[in-house]
Formats: sequence, C-alpha cells, structure tokens
Amino acid sequence: MAGVLRRALGTVPFFAYVAIFLVTPTLVVVIGAFAGDRGGVTLANVRALGESYVLDAFGRSILLSASTALIGAVLGALLAYALVTARPNGLLRRAVTAASGVLAQFGGVTLAFAFIATIGLSGFATVFLREQVGVDIYAGGVWLFELPGLILVYTYFQIPLMVIVFLPALDGIRPQWREAAESLGGSTWVYWTKVAGPLLAPSFLGSALLLFANAFSAYATAAALVSQGNPIIPLQIRGALTSEVVLGQANLGKAMALGMIVVVAVVMALYALLQRRTAKWLG
Amino acid sequence: MARLSFRRKQSIFRWVVLTLLGIFFLLPIVAMVEFTTRGEQSTWSTLINWPELSATYPDLAEGILMSLGQAALTAVLMLALLVPTAIWVRLRLPGLRRLVEFICLLPLTIPAIVLVVGLAPVYAWVNYLIGGSSLTLTFAYTILVLPYAYRAIDAGLSAIDVKTLAEAARSLGSSWFTVMARVVLPNIRSAVLSAAFLTVALVLGEFTIASLLNRTNLQVAINLLGKSSATMSVAVSLAALLLAFVLLLLLSLVGDRRKRSAS
Repeated sequence: MAGVLRRALGTVPFFAYVAIFLVTPTLVVVIGAFAGDRGGVTLANVRALGESYVLDAFGRSILLSASTALIGAVLGALLAYALVTARPNGLLRRAVTAASGVLAQFGGVTLAFAFIATIGLSGFATVFLREQVGVDIYAGGVWLFELPGLILVYTYFQIPLMVIVFLPALDGIRPQWREAAESLGGSTWVYWTKVAGPLLAPSFLGSALLLFANAFSAYATAAALVSQGNPIIPLQIRGALTSEVVLGQANLGKAMALGMIVVVAVVMALYALLQRRTAKWLG
Repeated sequence: MARLSFRRKQSIFRWVVLTLLGIFFLLPIVAMVEFTTRGEQSTWSTLINWPELSATYPDLAEGILMSLGQAALTAVLMLALLVPTAIWVRLRLPGLRRLVEFICLLPLTIPAIVLVVGLAPVYAWVNYLIGGSSLTLTFAYTILVLPYAYRAIDAGLSAIDVKTLAEAARSLGSSWFTVMARVVLPNIRSAVLSAAFLTVALVLGEFTIASLLNRTNLQVAINLLGKSSATMSVAVSLAALLLAFVLLLLLSLVGDRRKRSAS
C-alpha cells in the first residue's frame, strides 16, 4: 500500500495541474450554470436559455454547423475518393493530404482576413467580378459578415478535415470487392448502393458528426468576421463575457457554455459509437 | 474495353474534382498576395524590416513577441508535464493509463470558448499571484495542446519496449531519473519533436482565450490591426499561414522518418 502511494506521487504534478486548469474551469461552468447572482441554487440561468434570442442563436449555430458539416462531408468525400483512385504513393496524393492537414487547422482570424481579401468589399474576386464580368456579388446586400458568409468560410476548413478523417475508411475498401460485384453481374450502381455504400455509411456519418462538432465549437473566425450583433452561440458567450452584465443574468454565459458542452458531448459520443462500428471491418 | 472506359471515367472525375476544389482553395491565397501587393504599397518591405515594423505597428510587434514566447513556454511546460507522467504511468502505474488518456483527450470535447468562461475566475487568481502578463496564457495553452501532444508522445512510447529498456537500466543500477532522461527520452526523440511542433503550430494560431482574457498575441494583434490597416493584417495573416505550413510540413517529415525507422 505504501509502495502504491509512493509510486502515485510521480503523477501528482500532472493531476494537480489538470485539476487547476482543466477540472476547475469545467466545474466553474457546470456549477455556475445553476448558481444565482448571490449564491444559492437556481434554475433561472438554465430557464433563461429558453428566451428567444438565445434559442435563435442556438438554432443558427446548429444550422451553420449542420450545413457546413453536410457540404464539407460531401465535397470532402468526393475529394478523398478522387485521391484514392490516384496512385497510392504518388505526388498528387501526398501533396493534397499534406495540404489538407494544414488547411484543416487554418481557422481563426487569419482565415477571416483571407476571405476579406478575396470577397470583401474591395477583395480580389469581388473587384474582378464587378469590373471584368459585370456581376456584383453584393447586389442583394453584404452577406460575407452574416450567416451565409460564415457558411462559405467554414467550408474552407471543413472539407480538408473531412479528407483527413474519411480517407482511412476509403482506403479500407478493397478493389477485389468491386471486381467480385462486377463478376456477379452487378453494375456500378449496385456496387455503390449494396456494397460500398453500406460499408462506408457509418464512417461517413461519423466524420460528418465530427465536422459538426468542429464547426459548433469554432469561435475565432466568426469573432473576426462578425462585429455587429451576436448571431451564433459562441458570439453570444462573447457578449455575455465582455458586455455589461444584465441584472440577474450574471451566470447566463455559463448556462450557454453548459449548453454547448452538452451538444458537443452528445455529438462526440455518437461519433465514438460509429467509429467503433467502422473499426470492426477496417481492422 | 469496359475496364478502359471505366479507368478513363475515373480519371476525368478525378481531374474535375481536383480542379474545382483546387480553385476554391487556392483563390483566397492568391487573393491575399494580390491584396497585399496592390498599387504603391510597402507592406512587405515593412513586414520584414523589424525595427520599422515595431516602430510603425507596436501592437503587432508585441503580439508577435508574445506569441513566440507563449509557444516556447507552452512547449517546455507541456513536455515537462507530459513526458515524465506518460513514462511513469506506463512503467509503474498501468492501471492509471486509461484515466490519464481520458483526461488528456478531454479538451477535445470542451470548446475553447467554453473553457475561457471557466478560466476567467482561475485567471483572476493567476493575475493576483504572478501578474497579468500575456505570457501567463501558457497555462491555458498547455491544456489546449494536451490531446495532440499526448497522442504524439503515446504513439512514440508504444513503438518502443519501454519496460525492457527500463528494467535493463535499473538492473545496471541507474536511478529513475537516468532511466527517463538518458534511456527512454532519446528513444522517443522524434515523438517529442512532433509534439513540440504541434504545440507551436496550435499556440501561434490561438485567438479565443487570449482575446477574451484581455491578453495579447499574434492573432489578437492581427484582429486589432484589421480595423486600421487591412492590408497589413492580410499580409501578416499570409505570413502566419506560410509559417504554419512550413511547421506542419517539417512535422510530417519527422513523422515519415519515424515510420521508416519503426518498420
């Protein structure tokens, strides 16, 4: 027993550090969500999540995450399939995989400015389209700094992420299965709907869920693009942290943060479940 | 004959997808180059001239220095915390391995924007005890990089036989410190290196926590600059992107070498 305790001493720095900087902040959020302005337990903060502007923000966050997850998953899967049909160790495949690794991490402020340089009011593509082609992409109003703009910008890091997480599953599909399907008289349609589709479906769905969580948690890109109003939940939390506190809602930010944790946790649990199914045949 | 047309169809599909997505992904980068070289501007010559840069944009210069400091300190703290613990748990407390892994992966499910809400009171104490320097963000960043750093180091440890190495060294009379520093560590050098690279790349791109805890770093400075000088902030964004590209390219080279030496 004394031996175990002595051995456990070696892990004290790690656990102490994690307790202060990871467990404490998490508990602050979880407990704070149920704490009143002057202490005591209350459900007022959680109930305030039902107010229309908070619900709207959650709704827009979910819409943004779901649509970029869907677009990212479909386009990313197409790109990954294009890579699988190329030579396995060829330059093309290596270059695109490496670039995906970088671009999937390319979020935040730099990405926002990249798009301002591209389709901002005086951006490269905006000016080119207006002066050479005669098309004004902002004829119906400037949408870059609103939800449609966020969808476009988020797609930029969602597609590469899909390539990275979906490629291993596509690599697991053996060409022999296609040949087997063909030799039994199956067409391309039959192969995709009866063989490859069902095999790939769990992995595709799982990857899409990961993309959803990725977009749902993202903050920096939106913060740099949107300076007026707080359309999505991470920006609502920014508002709760930086603006004057409304009386009786000091802990509303924590309740919204708790709501985010719940959504991400549910999505990630489903992801882990689907991943386990894929692992069965991928080996 | 049928095979041939199938191959051709596949190849056409491949090039259509690659061309369209290639345009989508290259356009913003081309646009950034065009945006920063428009007209009579000296953006790039200012950016590579440090004295001029720090005189013209003091906030940006401070942000760059702070980010470099945060990246270096986070890498050191992460290694000091994670490497001994990972080795120790593997050797002496295998029962705790699951728990350590769970904790290290936990930050993946807690968005940074959520973490910052809970970190605010913790940082009130940090402020009180050691001051409000932007370098104190190191503490939060070490948590953010845990999942990535842990996976890199754990993969490195799985590739070698830690137990046998340690037993051999112990039976020859070396202390636990010698086992870690002079026997195991040299064997997981490339894993440690890739954990450090990932840490640097992530810290250089961090914005959420720095901006909401009222501290500064490269990304906060770029965002601030965007309000007064869009061209300069786009130029710095492009430079930061290229730096991240080089870092992660180096990382994949390290990974390649590891795979080759493992096989």
